[in-house]
Amino acid sequence: MTAAIISATEKIGGLTIDIASGFGRSWLFLFRTIVGIFKLPFRFGLFLQQMYQIGVNSTLVIALIGVFTGAVLAVQGEYTLSKFGATAFTGSAVALSLIRELGPVLTALMVIGRAGSAITAEIGIMRITEQIDALRSMAVDPIRYLMVPRFLAGIIAMPLLTSIFIVIGIAGGYLVATTLLGLNPGTFMSEMISAVDTVDVYSGLIKALVFGFVFGWVSCYKGYTCGFGAVGVNKATTQSVVTASVAVLVLDYFLTTLLTKYIFQ
Amino acid sequence: MISVRDLHKRFGRQIVLDGIDLDIEEGKTTTVVGPSGVGKSVLLKIIMGILKPEKGEVRINGRSMTAAKSESEKNEIRSSLGVLFQAAALFDSLTVYDNIAFPLRERGSHSEAEIRKKALEMIEALSLEPYVLKYPEEISMGIRKRVGMARALMTNPSILLFDEPNTGLDPLVGQEVYDLIKETRARWGFTGIVISHELPEVFQVSDKVVMLLNGKIEMQGTPEEFISSDNPAVIQFLNGKIDGPIKIQ
Repeated sequence: MTAAIISATEKIGGLTIDIASGFGRSWLFLFRTIVGIFKLPFRFGLFLQQMYQIGVNSTLVIALIGVFTGAVLAVQGEYTLSKFGATAFTGSAVALSLIRELGPVLTALMVIGRAGSAITAEIGIMRITEQIDALRSMAVDPIRYLMVPRFLAGIIAMPLLTSIFIVIGIAGGYLVATTLLGLNPGTFMSEMISAVDTVDVYSGLIKALVFGFVFGWVSCYKGYTCGFGAVGVNKATTQSVVTASVAVLVLDYFLTTLLTKYIFQ
Repeated sequence: MISVRDLHKRFGRQIVLDGIDLDIEEGKTTTVVGPSGVGKSVLLKIIMGILKPEKGEVRINGRSMTAAKSESEKNEIRSSLGVLFQAAALFDSLTVYDNIAFPLRERGSHSEAEIRKKALEMIEALSLEPYVLKYPEEISMGIRKRVGMARALMTNPSILLFDEPNTGLDPLVGQEVYDLIKETRARWGFTGIVISHELPEVFQVSDKVVMLLNGKIEMQGTPEEFISSDNPAVIQFLNGKIDGPIKIQ
């Protein structure tokens, strides 16, 4: 009985230490990455490569999701607003939903699924095939060489992709509202312009920036700390996508509250 | 010259190295042998400054790698090291030429013309001309090892570390790698540390052999002393017998 209690206590203690040290390591990793951004020389070529991988290569899928999201919002918005005789506000509903909420969140989830998993798998494979050890043996800091360009590209690409998502989403909503639902194009545009404030745009872009930060941190960290073999890469990639997606959705609530209730009142 | 003193390393409750003392003589090749999981690669990574021991010291050319406070201090010590990794560890996204040029490019103190001259010299010395524009996935493991060797030699290291250079190779390509080690050592004259479990084949590149077992040095001596040894563990390992003091983990 005593042995069982000691064993259980040891297990709980071990698990607690694992969680606490993992948490500490992830923050240390973030700190080293941020410090690495300011160390010279800055590897601009690698940064551009990552902007291409994360940004340009995600554009098509972001545009596709954006146009259909805008179209669905227009149909749903028109349906809901028609119950109150307020279909004229469909443009405002589509634009505000996209700018403040769906644009940043859906873009982040798409980029995490597409580019985040790829980053984790790539760095994880570099870890298990000793490429990261090879970098260190050649006196090259893997944080600065591998993580900084990806982390920075994530932070910059996310607001840009979100902007594309929003613009194309609004275009999709406009197209469906004016052609399929028979709404007046002038009313759609004028109501949208009068409803959307600069703070709404700021709010959406700040969220995108934070989500880009989370995306880069989680996907790089999970790859860097990847376990052994194919199973290790599999686990790291799954954890990366799940952790970053959950973090985005949780942070979205806190950011919305903070930005709406306290900062842009 | 590398000296290892009272080196201890454990992972969780598993003791991997338990008080290792070792001297690697300058200009000679020392081979560390032992069964899988005995801590050979761990020893190599501690020498490279990638893993930190719980206790003990590693000195490379008079400077302590284990006492180095910062990564930049370790990098200064590492500048005298070159490493050929188990599967060569070439960068997938770079061509053979760029992989070879990589260490000098990253040092940032050489012009592109100097890097090109040195890389072409290596490519010629290791007969890699047909592969310069290929990516690692397009070449065989034997050629990858050659590329890894060229990359390791780019910075003129005084010490070259080989982590299981023959793992995953057929006997012919394996012999080619041993010939490569002999040729490059004759030409560049480095101090070598070879990690291997291939006995007696690895003896052809060894001046001294060190056998690790249960975290300690079981025996060290010349290849001839190993072959004539009456140590039961050495005899078992040399003959590849299941029965004996070495328990398969």
